[in-house]
Amino acid sequence: LLGAGGGNDIQWCFSQVKGAVDDDVAEADIISTVEFNHSGELLATGDKGGRVVIFQQEQENKTQSHSRGEYNVYSTFQSHEPEFDYLKSLEIEEKINKIRWLPQKNAAQFLLSTNDKTIKLWKISERDKRPEGYNLKEEDGRYRDPTTVTTLRVPVFRPMDLMVEASPRRIFANAHTYHINSISINSDYETYLSADDLRINLWHLEITDRSFNIVDIKPANMEELTEVITAAEFHPNSCNTFVYSSSKGTIRLCDMRASALCDRHSKLFEEPEDPSNRSFFSEIISSISDVKFSHSGRYMMTRDYLSVKIWDLNMENRPVETYQVHEYLRSKLCSLYENDCIFDKFECCWNGSDSIVMTGSYNNFFRMFDRNSKRDVTLEASRENNKPRTVLKPRKVCASGKRKKDEISVDSLDFNKKILHTAWHPKENIIAVATTNNLYIFQDKMN
Amino acid sequence: QDTQEKESVTPERAEEAKLKAKYPNLGQKPGGSDFLMKRLQKGQKYFDSGDYNMAKAKMKNKQLPSMGPDKNLVTGDHIPTPQDLPQRKSSLVTSKLAG
Repeated sequence: LLGAGGGNDIQWCFSQVKGAVDDDVAEADIISTVEFNHSGELLATGDKGGRVVIFQQEQENKTQSHSRGEYNVYSTFQSHEPEFDYLKSLEIEEKINKIRWLPQKNAAQFLLSTNDKTIKLWKISERDKRPEGYNLKEEDGRYRDPTTVTTLRVPVFRPMDLMVEASPRRIFANAHTYHINSISINSDYETYLSADDLRINLWHLEITDRSFNIVDIKPANMEELTEVITAAEFHPNSCNTFVYSSSKGTIRLCDMRASALCDRHSKLFEEPEDPSNRSFFSEIISSISDVKFSHSGRYMMTRDYLSVKIWDLNMENRPVETYQVHEYLRSKLCSLYENDCIFDKFECCWNGSDSIVMTGSYNNFFRMFDRNSKRDVTLEASRENNKPRTVLKPRKVCASGKRKKDEISVDSLDFNKKILHTAWHPKENIIAVATTNNLYIFQDKMN
Repeated sequence: QDTQEKESVTPERAEEAKLKAKYPNLGQKPGGSDFLMKRLQKGQKYFDSGDYNMAKAKMKNKQLPSMGPDKNLVTGDHIPTPQDLPQRKSSLVTSKLAG
């Protein structure tokens, strides 16, 4: 059972690390998104250079029963290129903001990748045979002189080395004035939404020349702007329901059956704030950087700067669970504001059974919270722990006072080492954790 | 615990006091218009070809004034030159994750 809690805390072991060892990180190599596909067999990453790398889990080796298959490079391609919108004098980054997989329908795999302005549907297909024995062409493709053809033969397919090809099948462009932060595929597997700072659009996967605007929070007068959309996601089972989060810490649930333009929410999730605790930083740290439905569809999780909150869709006035990610940073907010770290956008994810949630922190630490046992753990993604099957040692940050041996003090944390993106295999205890430019894969210790 | 909080300043408020001491002119509404507008304008580049050519003509052989560290300042404070603009070539190099 995945993360059943109780006495069965998962023991995480290092499995693999991908990426360059050197400390000098090129901007293009900064990982910007990580996503398993629906079966967990494929793992995709996107980076600031607009590239996508897909890893495939190798088939389980019968002789190596103590570990699951490793992830090896399956395909890599340039998804987006830098652009300049001359009309608006706007530089458009090629950075991949999000990747979302479509469920597999046939032999090929499909994914959506997006930068700030354009969403693309990519088809990844395998070719392991090629036709040989053409009558009018040589094997190298040159045309034969027809007058030299004296006999006819039937071309046949012969096996060849596996080639994985990625081709863009649809380009969904020109629908976003502001910067796209989310894409989410509907449970109908025909439509998807894309959200920018002020608007959310609904697309059909087959149609690129039009999309429907379903949320518009742009005020008539921009001076009146008080909040922006930070993330959006479709409900995993109800194809008419989606949520979007805001920079003010609220989540709105909308029902597309209610009206064409879902400016009026069906539900508003907001935790009341204690006015006596309000400070300059309150709104900034309440801004939600990620929202994710549980697999069951009964709950949703939000990530704000210091915590992870679990909400029951039936209860709008407060979360049912709150987990502190790095509460010790509350007394460092001044310097975190000065170095812009307070604006870092951390993501969060559920395990396959919705019993454990995970999110990243600084110093290449990442945190897991077991909802059943209420226990949490801090682990580190570091090349120092890279012996396969060595169990990762829990880390502890000393907030104040006397630092114990093996603890690290808050002031020693490296705020340039952020884990913003993590992903959990949909079925197994395999996790992918992205540091700035490396991808770590951890597995639970199999006995 | 309530009395303790009333007596001492919360960590957040203490941090706020630190920030205001450093930057006395900091606006009252951090989540307000200015901050959000800056977020919405990410990627905006300003270039006035008139300014640029005038300056080039005046300067002749002298070095053109270049941009300060903040490349997002509205034009008028500086004159962007081609050397200041970041190279916008796409990555033809394969990702190191695939190496």
